[in-house]
Amino acid sequence: MLEKALSGSRRYWAWVAVLLALIAVGFSTYLKQYHEGLGITGMSRDVSWGLYIAQFTFLVGVAASAVMVAIPYYLHNYKKFGKIVILGEFLAVASVVMCVLFIFVDLGQPVRVLNVLLHPTPHSVMFWDMIVLSGYLLLNIIIGWTSLGAERKGFPPPSWVKPLIYIAIPWAVSIHTVTAFLYAGLPGRSHWLTAIMAARFLASAFAAGPALLVILCLLLRRLSTFDAGRESIQALAKIVAYAMSANVFFFLLEVFTAFYSHIPEHMAPIRYLFFGLDGHRGLVGFMWSAAILAFVGIGLLINPSTRKNERVLPFALAAVFIAAWIDKGLGLIVGGFIPNPMGRITEYAPTLPEIWITLGVYSIGLLVLTVLYKVAIAVREEESLAAHG
Amino acid sequence: MSVTRRRFLKLGLTTLAGIGGAMALDGFWRGSAEASEVLTDQKALKAKHWAMVIDSDRLKSAENVQRMIDACHRTHNVPDFGNSKDEIKWMGTETYEHAFPGQENGYLNEGIKEKLFPVLCNHCENPACVRVCPTQATFKRPDGIVAMDYHRCIGCRFCMAACAFGARSFNFRDPRPFIKQVNPDFPTRTKGVVEKCNFCVERLEKGLPPACVEASNGALIFGDLDDPNSEVRQVLATHYSIRRKPELGTEPSVYYLIGGGEEHA
Repeated sequence: MLEKALSGSRRYWAWVAVLLALIAVGFSTYLKQYHEGLGITGMSRDVSWGLYIAQFTFLVGVAASAVMVAIPYYLHNYKKFGKIVILGEFLAVASVVMCVLFIFVDLGQPVRVLNVLLHPTPHSVMFWDMIVLSGYLLLNIIIGWTSLGAERKGFPPPSWVKPLIYIAIPWAVSIHTVTAFLYAGLPGRSHWLTAIMAARFLASAFAAGPALLVILCLLLRRLSTFDAGRESIQALAKIVAYAMSANVFFFLLEVFTAFYSHIPEHMAPIRYLFFGLDGHRGLVGFMWSAAILAFVGIGLLINPSTRKNERVLPFALAAVFIAAWIDKGLGLIVGGFIPNPMGRITEYAPTLPEIWITLGVYSIGLLVLTVLYKVAIAVREEESLAAHG
Repeated sequence: MSVTRRRFLKLGLTTLAGIGGAMALDGFWRGSAEASEVLTDQKALKAKHWAMVIDSDRLKSAENVQRMIDACHRTHNVPDFGNSKDEIKWMGTETYEHAFPGQENGYLNEGIKEKLFPVLCNHCENPACVRVCPTQATFKRPDGIVAMDYHRCIGCRFCMAACAFGARSFNFRDPRPFIKQVNPDFPTRTKGVVEKCNFCVERLEKGLPPACVEASNGALIFGDLDDPNSEVRQVLATHYSIRRKPELGTEPSVYYLIGGGEEHA
């Protein structure tokens, strides 16, 4: 089936060329980082994780796109999602590929990465995160590819795929939970030391993943013959609206606990993010933008008239997506390090090389996504041609 | 030439015997390697639980503390990059409110308020850094010291996020060009690995006290917390002591005497 990605319009090839160029720039910048060390990034002794780990954390969430389509389709027999279930799975594949790459580019000694397998350490959450992420990647590749192959031949998917589909649903919950546990179990980081962290990750994921999926469906309708159907788009948009509402609600719970208890170290990171601390205001603009975008997005998605207006819908979804990105892809990780364990403040801003490497990884993810979507749509086109011709 | 059944079987058996023999030899080898590992210096200092008491009253000036830091960093080939972003420190200084956050108040005695306290790895009994390390590159030794294997560390920096004391540093760059004078008795590190205070395991093995203790003029007391007759136990039994962030349950092995520490031996 992969050969279908090798023929396409000029626009398709131009897009692939742009991605390849960005990957080349990212890769050559990575070589510089490989030789000189992570000192070329904005990370420091105090803020020892930055853009890379934050993107990893955010993209684990985007991988939830699959499960939010799979649950209604496979567990509740919601047939309208039949057409897009494959898109959700392939988006999950691309997201997890990026997650793995973001961890890799963050390592100080990348050639030693296999030490994680050579010395398996079950008391480290990172060990479990590796297992759940690689498992989720495999599950989605196998399920998506096999279903599409069967569809191409005009058969239902083989029966052995069914159990994998059911396993993939709780497995999706596990990737968010275990990723949240990376942070929520650390004694000295008050901003992360919260029991609701995993629930926040799930809510944020169930908003950001489907939001991107709908945006992609709307794009595909313009750029290709693929039409997800109005009803499934609306159903997904409702999922986004309520998942994002839960996400905002959970965040407000954190604010209440921190500020009503009035415990300084719990208040400090939230103060830093939204108001600045001791004149350090690096993320204030971002965090308020996220807050405004979150509320605007939720409002537009809950209100039926704006949600049903397909000219407004992409903006509402983009608002939710960007808000979730700022929250997890920027504020959550960096905020956990500010102030530092001694109560001192070192701010963080990514450097240009760091941004190029980040863009390079995103481009690899987009290339994987483009190829997989190209194959899926070409198979569908072939079918409809066979049906009509 | 055709291979007969007999020849084939013979070949197979010889191969099997070869593998078996190699495995036995390998076992022998490993056995002897373990035997040599336990051969330590007769003078080596040993303990069940190494601990440190920092008598802040004896640290009269910032220079006293700096002398200890210099001794440590010289001994361990700690580089000086000249900037705080890439900074590597095994021992640093903090004021009371930053060393003991949450225990300060607005009316502190001026002497305590402005004093610089040495801060270093606490060699916790329940080290969060060891719990999170995905490769066991950081581990707790039977004598309580939290150690690092620089050759196994993958540089994921999970331990830095887990440490509640800011005790760990990462080699953001190649440290070697920034070491003023290399001490050939201790390894230098490569870029991309985490490092921290090791309670001078390499000196204890030779029967020497930690470098900072040696340079402290008696302000740092080092010994076995499990030995009731050790000096650290004597000092802790007769003076009021505090630890950094005890509420987190990591059980630091570094104790601080704040005030009233003049009279101990």
